[in-house]
Amino acid sequence: MMPQTAIFTTLLVASLLFFCWSVYRRFSLVLYGQPEQRLDQPGRRLAEMFLYAFAQLRVLKKPFGLNHFVIFWSFMILALANGEFLVNGVFPSVSLALLPDGVHRVLLIAFDVVSLLTLVAIALSFVRRLVVRPPHLDSLYVKGRSPEAFLILSFIALLMLAYFGLHGSLVALGTENDPAAMPISSLVGAGLAAHPSMISTVYVVSWWLHALVLFAFICFLPHSKHMHILTAIPNCYFGALTWPATQPREKFEKGAVYGVGTVERFTWKDLFDSFTCTECGRCQAACPATNTGKPLNPRQIVHAIKTNLLENSHALREGRSGTLPLIGAEGEGTNTEEAIWSCTTCGACMEACPVLIEQMPKIVKMRRHLVETESRFPEELLNLFENMEQRSNPWGIAPGERAKWVSTLPVKPFVAGETEYLLYVGCAGSFDSRAKQVTVALATVLNAAGVSWGILGKDEKCCGDSLRRLGNEYLFEKMALENVELFRERGVTKVITLCPHCLTTLKNDYRQYGLELEVVHQSELIAELIRSGRIKLDKKDGSFGRIAYHDPCYLGRHNDIFDAPRTLVQSATGSAAVEAERTGRNSFCCGAGGGRMWMEEFTGERVNHARVDELLAQKPDTICVACPYCMTMMEDGLKDKGAGQVRVKDVVEVLAEGLLRKNA
Amino acid sequence: MLVVVCVKQVPDTTQVQIDPVTNTLIREGVPFIVNPYDTHAVEQALRFKDRFGCRVAAISMGPPNAEATLRKALAQGVDRAVLLSDRTFGGADTLATSKVLAAAIEKLAQEEEVGVVICGKQTIDGDTAQVGPGIATRLNFSQLTLVDRVDDLDISGKKIRVSRKLEGRHEHVEAPLPVLLTVVRELNRPRYPTVAMRLDSADAQVEVWDNKVLQLDVNSIGLKGSPTWVSRIFSPERAKGEMLGDGVHDPEGAAQLLIDKMLEKDLLAL
Ligand SMILES: Cc1cc2nc3c(=O)[nH]c(=O)nc-3n(C[C@H](O)[C@H](O)[C@@H](O)COP(=O)(O)OP(=O)(O)OC[C@H]3O[C@@H](n4cnc5c(N)ncnc54)[C@H](O)[C@@H]3O)c2cc1C
Ligand code: SF4
Ligand code: SF4
Repeated sequence: MMPQTAIFTTLLVASLLFFCWSVYRRFSLVLYGQPEQRLDQPGRRLAEMFLYAFAQLRVLKKPFGLNHFVIFWSFMILALANGEFLVNGVFPSVSLALLPDGVHRVLLIAFDVVSLLTLVAIALSFVRRLVVRPPHLDSLYVKGRSPEAFLILSFIALLMLAYFGLHGSLVALGTENDPAAMPISSLVGAGLAAHPSMISTVYVVSWWLHALVLFAFICFLPHSKHMHILTAIPNCYFGALTWPATQPREKFEKGAVYGVGTVERFTWKDLFDSFTCTECGRCQAACPATNTGKPLNPRQIVHAIKTNLLENSHALREGRSGTLPLIGAEGEGTNTEEAIWSCTTCGACMEACPVLIEQMPKIVKMRRHLVETESRFPEELLNLFENMEQRSNPWGIAPGERAKWVSTLPVKPFVAGETEYLLYVGCAGSFDSRAKQVTVALATVLNAAGVSWGILGKDEKCCGDSLRRLGNEYLFEKMALENVELFRERGVTKVITLCPHCLTTLKNDYRQYGLELEVVHQSELIAELIRSGRIKLDKKDGSFGRIAYHDPCYLGRHNDIFDAPRTLVQSATGSAAVEAERTGRNSFCCGAGGGRMWMEEFTGERVNHARVDELLAQKPDTICVACPYCMTMMEDGLKDKGAGQVRVKDVVEVLAEGLLRKNA
Repeated sequence: MLVVVCVKQVPDTTQVQIDPVTNTLIREGVPFIVNPYDTHAVEQALRFKDRFGCRVAAISMGPPNAEATLRKALAQGVDRAVLLSDRTFGGADTLATSKVLAAAIEKLAQEEEVGVVICGKQTIDGDTAQVGPGIATRLNFSQLTLVDRVDDLDISGKKIRVSRKLEGRHEHVEAPLPVLLTVVRELNRPRYPTVAMRLDSADAQVEVWDNKVLQLDVNSIGLKGSPTWVSRIFSPERAKGEMLGDGVHDPEGAAQLLIDKMLEKDLLAL
């Protein structure tokens, strides 16, 4: 064996061993997590993996994502070239040249072009991190301009340069067997030909550079955020198939542990997520809490899990919980309680994440621990929990008053067989004086369209949405079971909800209790009534002026209902609603979701102020919403901003007024 | 040392209405809750337990379904719960109620010395605020009502220092043990039971003591032992409210008038 081959082989074997050991050390930690089923429906999972990992659908949603797309695919293609290099280093007689000429030629062209593209992409990445410096690249503990980031970028750049040095010198030496297939290497070769004395030195240096950088990369990879090169593809395969990632049920039995208070209480998938995070900062850029100066940053939640797991790994391997707390005072690897309570469960983070990490459910799991095991939560919530438990509504109003909104209307009770739809009014629609007006508007529209509907009246109970998002799963389960029982007893199969939170709870959460209902949001049903001609609006109502529409998170992002509410506005007024800068899937929360409706906001700017400002930038006369919580937040925000002249209307109110005007 | 808390099950008065014909409370379908002041009494007892390791017993006089109230106290962490339930206890006024409760406390004291008894300031249904003082008098305990802060409990020195919330002022007082406190809401924030505590309390035993256990003279308890009886309950006629200013043209002026009036009648706690 040549000494070069011997050294190369030794280093390669050492690097590969180190790599395998590191990967094993890390991945074995994932197994300390709790079990979770993520292997069902392999067909769908493969499709997701293809779309998100290989076609990089999410990555490409941001303009700079194209750069990553180029690097990713170059990596895939160059994996062949690098594989050849490694094999060839050990067995000098083996190379891709053994392939049929045509195939080899195509590969050579590809390697050459792709290497150049990668160099350009890496240069752009340098510029982005050094000059453009998007703020979301920095979090508290990971900086966009970290040595690690530059080290990896430099590794890749060096690898490409070494590739051209290597093949350029081979071209210049005349030993490259198909130089015509290597346009860029040929250019380098032509340059080198002018300095014949240097060619062999360049060859040797490039060859070793290529080898050493590759070995270093192999060794470093599992210890860096570039671990995502290994984990992102499987992570997309294991991604949640249900959206929203509806929180799993808990088993309530003696001796059980609830929620997540130490890192190993997360599921293996949660832990795997943390190893997959690319620190791209997209979730942080989208998060309403981070954006308004709260101590919550979804990226940091994920980062904290990884850091905590690694820090505590020694203890975990010995069968103990580690000493670094998962929830506690601010520090790397620990989440603060204020951060955990700041989440609106809006889902913007999950929508933004290119590698399908599920940040929000992790936050809810930690809330469960705080509420159910520690009984520690913001003071305001005690009242909410008691009101929910004793009076089945967040305000603690007497349940007997639930049906008071009907006083002015002929409303029938729901009777299975006679009534088609149950109108599940919900707590806001029943008790909140502003939302009650929306309920009346909805009732008017349903009657005008001849829909057969009825209510449960004072037997209706709260759906429990806030409780579940706040981590009070015990109480949620109690209420869910009562409701499921009630719906079954009354023979309910089709439900209209006024509120997107009721919608998601009845439709997605109650499914876990074996209740399959056909649940529609009022806007969906009414849009359908318009389409089928059961609601006709010939005269358009211009009295609302310029309307800006705000997508409620639980209607849009969580339940994919974007067009229906816009249809209502368009049909009633004859013109489309104007859109805020962040809209549709990327809409920005009003601040009330996840039980935040019932909590004070002490830190930073108010979320509703940020959203109202964004909507006011469109100079609307009316802001349209389709959720009673959004209604409260928008109205309060406008008041605080001194923009009382702008009205807030639910889309169904706009339509109802159109109908009334028509009938008048 | 044993700390005893007295808790009463009351109808959720936000939901109680008075039948205009019979002039009685319509209790049908009205859910029961723990008397809100008593939740603060339980919390204080549990804080003594957390701090000094003393044991806590909760007692309640009422019908069998009042067990739910005691279960809640168990879920919050009290060690023992006793329901005082017997047909002969029914229809009691404050005199007869405090007699039964005092007898139960004396019985508990046979097993373990009772240092502190804690009651709510008053109930939201009877509203008399007499039961606590009634118990203290019968047991010959020091009596500290309207407690809004406990400054110190000195078990070995057998004394307690508290602050009492009186109209417009606070009083800092010290009294020897054994003592009976009645407490106001400002005292503390009741704890929320953890799931484990709820599940544990589901099979914890609520002891039921009837008059065979307490052995009280049946003529001195319940309806028979109650000199007071309620002849009529009614909602007071409300005189039509006085109009203040012009709310349409000068809302700020009207609001100012209203605030002045409220200050004048001492309706605003400033
Ligand atoms: C509408 C109405 C009017 C009434 N009017 C009168 C009346 O004018 N005069 C009268 O003597 N009785 C009256 N009663 C009966 C009386 O209220 C209760 O039955 C009496 O036993 C308790 O008094 P209280 O609820 O006012 O308690 P309070 O003296 O206000 O209660 C103070 C504290 O004592 C403890 N406590 C009270 N009752 C119990 C209990 N059963 N078990 C455990 N702890 C307890 C609790 O800690 C409570 O916070 C009335 C009842 C009602 C419903
Ligand atoms: S769900 Fe919304 S508020 Fe919560 S972390 Fe994600 S983006 Fe932030
Ligand atoms: S969690 Fe996802 S979106 Fe957030 S930084 Fe990590 S990879 Fe990016």
